[in-house]
Amino acid sequence: MRKNQRVTASIRNTWEHFPHGADIGVRGVGPTKEAAFEQIALALTGVVTDPLRVRPALPVHVSCQAPSDDLLLVDWLNALVYEMATRRMLFGAYSVAISDSRLKATAWGEAVDLDRHEPAVEIKGATYTALRLACLEDGHWLAQCVVDV
Amino acid sequence: MDLSLLTRKSDVEWWIEPHGRMRVPGIIYASEALVQDMDAKVYEQVMNVATLPGIERASYAMPDAHWGYGFPIGGVAAFDADRGGVVSAGGVGFDISCGVRLLSTGLTTDVVEPLKKRLADELSRSVPAGVGSVGRIHLDSGEMDAMLAGGARWAVDRGYGAPADLERIEEHGCMAGAMPEEVSTHAKNRQRDEMGTLGSGNHYLEVQHVVKIFDAAVAAAFALREGDVVISIHCGSRGLGHQIGTEFLKRMVLDAPTYGIELPDRELACAPIDSPLGQAYLGAMRAAINCALANREIITHLVRRAFSDVVPRAELTLLYDVSHNTCKVESHQIDGRTKRLFVHRKGATRAFGPGHPDLPPVFSSIGQPVLIGGTMGTASYVLSGASTSELRSLGSSCHGAGRSMSRHQAARQWRGRQIIDELAGRGILIRSPSSRGVAEEAPGAYKDVTAVVDAAEGAGLSRKVARLEPIVCVKG
Repeated sequence: MRKNQRVTASIRNTWEHFPHGADIGVRGVGPTKEAAFEQIALALTGVVTDPLRVRPALPVHVSCQAPSDDLLLVDWLNALVYEMATRRMLFGAYSVAISDSRLKATAWGEAVDLDRHEPAVEIKGATYTALRLACLEDGHWLAQCVVDV
Repeated sequence: MDLSLLTRKSDVEWWIEPHGRMRVPGIIYASEALVQDMDAKVYEQVMNVATLPGIERASYAMPDAHWGYGFPIGGVAAFDADRGGVVSAGGVGFDISCGVRLLSTGLTTDVVEPLKKRLADELSRSVPAGVGSVGRIHLDSGEMDAMLAGGARWAVDRGYGAPADLERIEEHGCMAGAMPEEVSTHAKNRQRDEMGTLGSGNHYLEVQHVVKIFDAAVAAAFALREGDVVISIHCGSRGLGHQIGTEFLKRMVLDAPTYGIELPDRELACAPIDSPLGQAYLGAMRAAINCALANREIITHLVRRAFSDVVPRAELTLLYDVSHNTCKVESHQIDGRTKRLFVHRKGATRAFGPGHPDLPPVFSSIGQPVLIGGTMGTASYVLSGASTSELRSLGSSCHGAGRSMSRHQAARQWRGRQIIDELAGRGILIRSPSSRGVAEEAPGAYKDVTAVVDAAEGAGLSRKVARLEPIVCVKG
């Protein structure tokens, strides 16, 4: 399983991919719901390229809202898919704020560079398959779903 | 999949008998080995589709079926609006009207072989592919709407493609009933610079050669001979279709309770055909079909130009263009009555047999070409619609090999460079901007396409006509 982990004291931020028949599962874990949303966004970038290869040069502001937080998660990822597609950018860093199922975020990134990013595949959209947003027993938040590529 | 859950009707037909909320049986067409290899999710998804309102006859899975979104990929289901039938965004999928077209070149392998490196480079340079690529055509809002209403006809009118192509495209190149006004600004924004682009993932442009003929008479009618060089183009409605799928899936999930629809799976989101949401989706989805038809027509134009630069005497003639992610209105016989049904094919190809009234005259006596994409290292097939397909599967067949391994596993198992070198050793040239993309699409990550088409033929869905193998593959 493709993983990236950053440990700060007892706070764990991590993202990973999980297998799906034809596509790719993305998962983010963090100490807060917002952190889990940031981590799953890194997993989304990781479908295309290694997020560490992306320079966080330009900020792009994203906002969305949904009737529930799990639907908000899918909307968040789809908003990023839209920004990546129309701006032809990749993002390497994210900052998310959520209040009452409204999300305001900033994604930092740069234009696609074929040589440096070696992008693997376009993402068509985030789906409701394997969708899960939960606070785990250890207090961490987990966010996951499958993306269609 | 657990075979004990199924009733075996023949070597290639397996039933899920109706139980629980299922309104019709589930029918899987595949050999025992293919069924055993299918994900258990296929069973669940075939069963879930069978619970949807207004479904007729059966919920079908083709031999290449695998775990999809709501519907299995390789799923076919038809709905009757008069019985409260539904249209499902998940039943069409995110890449609306993704499909394959096949062109003959008038050239033989011995002519192309010495030129294939130049051809590979020229095709790769001419057809934008991969993440971040943009086309050379940029649409303002008026032209966007004209394209969404006109499909391949729009492309031909603008000088991309040839008028003779149109009768060899399903719907004669233009899907009726498109409503560009139901396509969101976001969807149009995603498409503005993407016309004539191939995309990435399993999409490809291949130069292939015919290595085997199975049915000489039909092959002759399709103008295919052993040793002929042909071109396959596999792609869809690009960003526009993806955005329409995303947006309508959400709207259908949110509105399902208001229509009294209980969804066993959110991805099965649907709306009554006659509802405002169902009609809006059909209008937008048909516009996306036109986008895909226009896109493949533009790519054909680019391929023709690239070929003429390398082999001026090449004459690229379209054999046929089929879509495998659609919902179309068709007439079918149900219990002795002709009914007008909304047929969803998600990763399944229309396979109308001889005499079907919707076929162009050139194919009316032999059945339509059914184009089955393989992998860059194996083979593709040309089949023809069988006379039995109407009764067996509402005139449907398989669409490709189907994955046997996740992208994730494939990227761990292979390196792109290794695949490219191995294929070069077998005479197949790969052009792709992405090494990891090539690894994820490794031939070994797919099922045996030959087993899939054999099962389709054995089940009476379509008949084998020719086997094609790649010479050059351009991938995103």
